[in-house]
Formats: sequence, C-alpha cells, structure tokens
Amino acid sequence: MAVAQGIALEDVAELAQKGQDVGQVSQWTLMRRRFLENKLSVAGGIVLILMYLVALFAPFLAPYQYDALDSSSTYAAPTAIHFINGRPSVCGVTQTLNKDTFTYVYATDCSKASPIKFFVAGYPYRLLGLFTTNTHLFGVDPPSKLYLIGADTQGRDMLSRILQGSRVSMTVGLVGVALSVILGSILGATSGYYGGSIDNLIQRFIELITSMPTLPLWGAFAAALPHDMSVVKRFFFISIILSLIGWTGLARQVRGKVLAYRNLDYTQAARLSGASSMRIIMTHMLPNAVSHIIVVAALAVPAAILGETALSFLGLGMLPPAVSWGTLLQSAQQIQVLLQHTWLLIPAIPVIIVVTCYQLLGDGMRDAADPYS
Amino acid sequence: MAGTVTSSAEPTTYRGSADDVVQVEDLQVHFHTSLGVVRALNGVSFEIPRGKTLGVVGESGCGKSITGLSIMQLVPRPGRVVSGRITFRPKEAGQPIDILALDRQSSQMRHIRGKNIGMIFQEPMTSLNPCYTVGNQIMEAILLHQTPHKDEARRQAVGILQRVGMPNPERIIGTYPHQLSGGMRQRAMIAMALSCTPDLLIADEPTTALDVTTEAQILDLMRELQQELGMSIMFVTHNLGVVAQMCDEVAVMYLGKVVEQASVDEIFYDPKHPYTISLLRSIPRLGSKRKEHLEVIQGGIPDAYSTVSGCPFHPRCPSFMPGKCDRVVPVETSVATTTRHTVRCLLYPGSDAGAVAGTSGVLPGAAPAAS
Amino acid sequence: MLNYILRRLMYMIVTLFFVTIIGFFLIQLPPGSALDAKLNQLRAQGGDLSQDQINSLAARYGLNDPVQVKYWKWISGVVRGDFGQSFTYDAPVGSLIGSRILFSVILSTGALLFTWLVAIPVGVYSATHRYTVPDYVVTFIQFVGVAVPDFLLALILLVFASQRLHTDLTGLFSTQYTNAPWSGAKLLDLARHLWIPVIVIGAGSTAWTTRVMRGNLLDVLNQQYVQTARAKGLQETLVIWKHAVRNALHPLIMTLGTLLPALISGEVIVSIVLNLPTTGPLYFSALINKDMYLAITFLLFLSVMLVVGNLMADLLLAWVDPRVRLE
Repeated sequence: MAVAQGIALEDVAELAQKGQDVGQVSQWTLMRRRFLENKLSVAGGIVLILMYLVALFAPFLAPYQYDALDSSSTYAAPTAIHFINGRPSVCGVTQTLNKDTFTYVYATDCSKASPIKFFVAGYPYRLLGLFTTNTHLFGVDPPSKLYLIGADTQGRDMLSRILQGSRVSMTVGLVGVALSVILGSILGATSGYYGGSIDNLIQRFIELITSMPTLPLWGAFAAALPHDMSVVKRFFFISIILSLIGWTGLARQVRGKVLAYRNLDYTQAARLSGASSMRIIMTHMLPNAVSHIIVVAALAVPAAILGETALSFLGLGMLPPAVSWGTLLQSAQQIQVLLQHTWLLIPAIPVIIVVTCYQLLGDGMRDAADPYS
Repeated sequence: MAGTVTSSAEPTTYRGSADDVVQVEDLQVHFHTSLGVVRALNGVSFEIPRGKTLGVVGESGCGKSITGLSIMQLVPRPGRVVSGRITFRPKEAGQPIDILALDRQSSQMRHIRGKNIGMIFQEPMTSLNPCYTVGNQIMEAILLHQTPHKDEARRQAVGILQRVGMPNPERIIGTYPHQLSGGMRQRAMIAMALSCTPDLLIADEPTTALDVTTEAQILDLMRELQQELGMSIMFVTHNLGVVAQMCDEVAVMYLGKVVEQASVDEIFYDPKHPYTISLLRSIPRLGSKRKEHLEVIQGGIPDAYSTVSGCPFHPRCPSFMPGKCDRVVPVETSVATTTRHTVRCLLYPGSDAGAVAGTSGVLPGAAPAAS
Repeated sequence: MLNYILRRLMYMIVTLFFVTIIGFFLIQLPPGSALDAKLNQLRAQGGDLSQDQINSLAARYGLNDPVQVKYWKWISGVVRGDFGQSFTYDAPVGSLIGSRILFSVILSTGALLFTWLVAIPVGVYSATHRYTVPDYVVTFIQFVGVAVPDFLLALILLVFASQRLHTDLTGLFSTQYTNAPWSGAKLLDLARHLWIPVIVIGAGSTAWTTRVMRGNLLDVLNQQYVQTARAKGLQETLVIWKHAVRNALHPLIMTLGTLLPALISGEVIVSIVLNLPTTGPLYFSALINKDMYLAITFLLFLSVMLVVGNLMADLLLAWVDPRVRLE
C-alpha cells in the first residue's frame, strides 16, 4: 500500500489527479508545470530577471559615471535625503579637512537644498548600444551631489559603480558556466560512452584536478595573467579560469547519466541500425541529460559568481578600470578604512541576493526535473 | 449527500467471544491532506480469535495495512485515528486493554509493541537496518522486553534463530542483513518479532516479495510456530491461495470497511458478499477451457479522496440494486446461526440499519463482549 | 583493509606528484621572476645591483635554468625535505610555512568538526519537526548562509565586533603571545581566538550540510526499517538516533568530497581578511611576487590536506556503513 511504501498519500493522489494528461504532454511542459508550482523558485527567477534588466539599463539608472573622480567627496557618507517642501531633496555638503585626524569631515547645509529630479539630463551614454542619450532615472542639479550609497576612496559614486559592476559580476558567471557545460558535457559523455581506457584516463584527470584546492588554484592561474590586458580580454580569461575547475563536477554527472542510458534498449537499437557513436551521443543521450545539465549549470553559476568576487577582492580577478562587485569590495580589505566607512560593504548585498536567487531557481528546477529525488 | 442513509454506530454487543485476543470496533482512520480527506479506514470491525490465524484480504488501497498499523498505534502522519475502539486481551492475566486510550509514546504502549504484539513487514530487503548486525537487532528487542543481560539475550537470540530454521545461527548473529538472502532475511524478521513470544503476530504481506518456494517454507514455519507458541496471527495479504493455506478465519476488506468475515471454509465455499464472490471467481483455474476469458471485477477502485454514496462497492457490483444500493449504507449483519459469518450487503436481511436498529445479529449462544 | 589503504597511499603520492608538475608550470607562467620583484623593491629604496651581482644571484637561485631543470632540482629536494628557498624572505621555505600549514590544518579541521557538530543535530531536528516555525527559521538561515561568501561573513563580523563589542577579531594570538614560545597560556590564548575563524569558515558549510542532513533524514525516515524499529517498541529518540541517523550519515560522509575543498579554500581567504598567520596571506603574496618555491610548496601542502582528507573520508565511510566494507 502506498503509505507503507513511504510515498505520501497526498503526493500519490495529486499525481493521479493532475497527471491525467501525462501521456500526451511533452516532458518540458510537465517540468514547467512542476516548476511553476514552487513559488519560491519562481520568485527567485523573477528577481534574477529584474537584476539582469538592471544590469542592462545600468547607465540609465546610474546618476553618475562610474569612473567620475571627485576629490571633494572622498569617502563621502551616503547622502541623507530630507523632505523639504514636500519633495525629497539633498542638502548641500561641504568638505573640510580635520587637521588633527587628517580625515575629511563633511558638514551638511540645508539652506542650500536641491530637490531630487527624475528623468534628468546627466552624462551621455549609449542605451543598449543602440543610440546615445543623456537621460537618467534620477539625479540632482550640480553642484549638489546625490551619493545614495556613499562614495569610495576617490570620490566615485558607489551606486553607479555597483550598477556598472553588476554587468561584469552577473555575466562572468554565465560565461564561465557555459564553458564548463560544454567542456564537461563532451568529456563526461565521451567518458561514459566509450568506457575502458578513455574513461579511465578522463577520470584520473578529473581526480587530479579535484585534488587541488579551488581558490588557490584559481589564484595561481589568475596571477599568471599579464596586468596589461584589456578589460574584455581579462574578462574572458577570468571566465575561462573559473570554468577550468567547474567542468569536473558536471562531467561526473553527465558520465553517470550516460552510463545509465548506455544500456537502455533504444541505445542498442540505434547502434544496431548503424548509427555512429558521435551521433548516438549527440542525438540520443545528451538531450535526455539536458534537463539534468541545466539544473547543474544553474546551481554552478553562484559558485562562479562567488569565485570571481573572491578573486577580484584579492586583487587577482578583474582589475581597474574594470568594475565588478568584487573589486568594489577590495577597499574593504583595509580594516581601518572599513570600520570608518561601513557603506563600503554594501556591494556584498547584491552578491548575496543574486546567489540566493540562483540557489532558489536551481532548487526549483531540480525538483521540477526529478520530483522523486 | 441528500438521500443517503448513513449507518449509526455499529452495535457493539454481539460480536465474537470474550476471549478474542484483539477486538476492533468501528475503527475510523483518516488522512487529512492538502487535497482532501482520505478515509483509509471507514468503520472497520473485526475480531482476531485467540490462537488462530485471521486473514485480512483485499485489493491495494482497501486499508488492510493501516489496520495492522492501527493496532500497533503506528499510523504514520498525517493519518489519525478518528474514532473507534481497539481492545487487546493479553495472555497474562489482567484487564483487557483499550489500546487507543494509551498514548502512542507511553511505556505501556511500547511494552505492548514488541512484547505482546509483534509485527513483520512486506519487504525483507528494507525491513532490517543495514548498518547493524542481525544479532544486534534481535537482541535489541530482547534486551528491551525480556532481560537486560547481554549474554542471556544473545543466548535467546541464537535460540530463536534456530527455531526459525536458520542454518548456523551463531554465525548469522554476526552478519549484516545485506549478506543474507531474501528468505533468510524474512526468517530473521520473524525471529525478531517472535523473540519476545508475543500473543499476536501481525504479518503484513510477509511473503509477497518472496519466490514461491521460499514462500512455502516461510508459511510452514509460521504455522508451526503458531501451534507451538499458541500465538494468534493477523495475516494481511491479497493472495487468496495463501489465505486458503494459512488462515482459520478471513475478513474481506473493501474501501476501508470489512465487507465479510467468516471461517476460511465458509468464505471459500459459501461466500455471501458479491465482492468476495467476484474475487474468488477471478482466480484463474488450472484446467479451465482455453479461450475462456478471465473473470475480472468491472470498474476500478475509486479515487482516494472521493466518497461513494451508499454501499461503497455498488458501482462495480454485479448484484447492484438501483435505488437501494446507491442510497443506503449497509450495516453488518450475521448470515449464519451456529458460526460467525457476517456480511455487509443489502442483499441480506438485517443489513438495512433503519429497519433493524438494535436487533442486527445477536448470535445465539455468544456472550456479549465486555465493553 | 590494509591493502586498500596502501593502494590509496600509493595513488595519493602519484596524484600529488602530478599536482606538483601542474602547479610548478602554472607558477612559472607569469613573465619575470622574483629577482625582478626584488630588484624593483631595491631600486625603489634607492639601491641597485650591478649586472655581475644580478648574474650571480640568478645562478645561485637557478633562475636562468629551463623549467624542467628547475623542477627536477626542486622535486629532488622535496623528497629530502628541502622545499627550496624563498626569494622574498631569503629563508628556506620549510621554516616559513611549517607553522602556517599547521594552523591551516587546525582551522580546517576545526571548521569541519564545527560543521558536523552543528549541522547534524539541527538537521535532525529540522527533519523531525517539519512544517514548524523552527524548521522554517532553519531553512531561511540555511539559504542565507549558503549565499554569504566566507570572506564577506568575516568582514561583517569584524565590523560588528569592532563597533558593537569593541574587540578586535584579527589574528590568532593576542599581541603578547604572538612571538612568545609555546606554553599552556599560549595554547589557551590560541583557543580563545580560534573559534571566530572556525565559525566563519564553517558557516557556509554548516548551512549547506544542515540542508543535506535534513534531506537525508527525511528519506531515511520513510524507510521500512524505521517502522520496524518502532514496531519493536523502541522509544522514539532511540528510533531516530540509533536507527535513522546512522543511515543518514552515509550520504553525509560522501559530501566530504565537496566540503573539504570549500573549507580549505575558505580557510585561505578568511585568513587574509582576518590577518591570520596561516596559508592565505603568504600564499597570495608569494603568487604576486612570483616567489616560486614558496607558492608551489604551499600549493603542494594544500593539495596534501585535500587528498588526505578524502582518504580519511573514505575510511570513515567504510567504518560507518558495513555495506561498503566488503568491497
């Protein structure tokens, strides 16, 4: 009886009721349905899409250019927003040097208040690479400044830098994982399908790589990169480095699946009808493993994002003038600076949000793809 | 639902003898889930006679496993016993025990479980913990209920393993379950359940997962042990052949109710309930003419969350009486005078509660059950 | 069993050998050498070296040899216990990293123990009290815990401790013990400072392991043998801990393969943030300064930790699960 075998009665009945059309509908529709029932995962997915949109429209949302220096705002605290005449406004800020501690002190002067305006004219940029415009979502008229999340050591607006950094941080993970997926799928499938000495060789190689600790290994690779690379080039090389270790996990999973499929009847049938091995792997086995691969990939992206953040934090990942959340956190390495200007830690928040959303998404996808695991 | 007459509480005065080891009265076990309520047991009543084997038969989903679990108060969440009474009369002298009045986790209930009532399950592969030796698991029960001394417990464990026919019990004590075959594992399970000489053994489809030869050996073993220990057995199965071999009395269940209970002879040779009759007819027979269609019971078991109006079997019943069977829920009625044979079917007089409230089937000569 | 261990040890040594080859090649990659870094340093201070001096230094350190020769010289030193010379500190590598590797091991092991000591009970509680408020709280903490990278947690804790508790969390020793010889008091001081890095390194892993334990236990609780144990009349706590948890541990030990690299990497980066005298700070500065032998020796020892950890995980698995033993 169902209960004695440990499947909850509610699951059995639900499957019975809702699975009336199980035989007719495609695998993907079934998975999509199951996925959509998981509210948390859907929420995670929506937040992620929103964040990617933010990254896409970063210059529009940013009031200042991310590399605009402003020595009069070194380590400025987040600008306080006051409601003056019913409108959110910022007060004027004056910077003075405290001769005793040699730090900058900021005093606010609300007699010179400046209201926050929306859809203002600011610095020019290319929207989506299509056309040039200079409209920004919000801003204040100079000389007032609106540093919603404060400024860094060179007076650059943190909010604008975080927005700009999202472009790097959120995509380097994707590129890295995409490379891992390709490499891992091919090697894993080959390993599983051919077996024997090829399998042995690839497995030993995987074991070798996993015998080395991840971050130190990434560090060694990254330190080998010349410092004078262009931003884009460095971006790709960092992605490649991240993928160089990640592919092993995926390869193992794909190999497991291929081993299971190898003995199934339809593989035998394909072989008997003369299909080449490559064709069998590509058209019969990999598509079945695709849903599994997607899940593993989704759960691997957070690891790549955290990896890039860690490397950039250590000064080995993206280098100035490139901006990523990890490079922004670099200034937090100096404890004294951090203690005085705690807003420098705020770039950590988007990291945590993105990683959590990917986890939720990946969990939901995994449950949808295989509800009995 | 309009137009349905539901039965009032079953009359409790007539059933069985005062020496039944277990008496179940009107047991209702419901599972409350997010999709609705599953009435796994919908008013189950039966008795297990002392020293005899009661077979509980039915299709998957009829509630037979839950019945066994209820007696042990092991119904898994979200299941709950909603109403009913289970009376247990252990061999040791004393008052009969109202099982459902005991707290699940109380030491008294735990004493009953394992010492007074033992249970064996269907899958010998998964019923034993793979991380501990067979000896460890048997001794665990003995140390809990019989004696706190390890040496004595070990001696008893070896003894019971020998009694269940294990070759080389001294060696088996130190082996792990995965090192034994299916039949040997089931023997080990039986040994574990019997190690404390219970008054009742609940066997939930113990041979379903075994091959026929091993099944025959296990059944023989159970019969021998029953006679030797004077133990009662509640044998849950869907296999009528096994019932014929093993059981003295049979209770047929359908959709959470007992629809017929009688001695094994009467069930096989004089079945009364249409469901029982259909079940017996659907057994393929050797020597039947070729090209003869196998008999099946038309229709299928309804969805667990739905409720059927009137008699639960009426949508599939070959003797369906329109207007009656789909409106009136039959109560239990007796159809024999000298033996215990009860049916829950509107074909028989006394099953229409409205007509015979209070008079349904008091067996002449049977003492009223202590209540 | 002994055969198995011996085979694994042989295997480990071969693997580590290959690790050194890969690592050596990697660290060799950046152009320039430690000598250049030192020269720059010297010149920045206003000094300089003549070409002859540069040449003799290069010869002494074998800087102009081809890669294979350098590697051969180094590896033959390793088997004798000589790990080469550090350029930056002008000292034998062995003396520099000895104590640091020891601390790394202590921290990683401590973090692992912390992870298990917390994750197992919490996971069990979460599984046996599903759908209750504590279960939801635990699930929430677990999600956040996995998402917060360890160095971030270290930073947050640093700020918090400094501003609210007015304590400084950096370092493994209070100032008076930093260079003092070992004593009971020093050990005590170490223990007092140890738990912060251990918790920080272990936090993410604890969150993840709790989830795994919860999932495993839920699977196990559905198994028939748990019902059998109850049917024997055992107390519920005994059923859960003796019968269910023991079986749920098996897949947990298999997760060590994922945990160990995370803990070791975590230790490396947290030690940088918290300025601990372990691997992290020295390793990365060695990479940046191209202090070759220092870096490769670190990499070697970190790999040794990983590989030995995996071996112990396999042994532990065989001990916990009798089904594995007979293979």
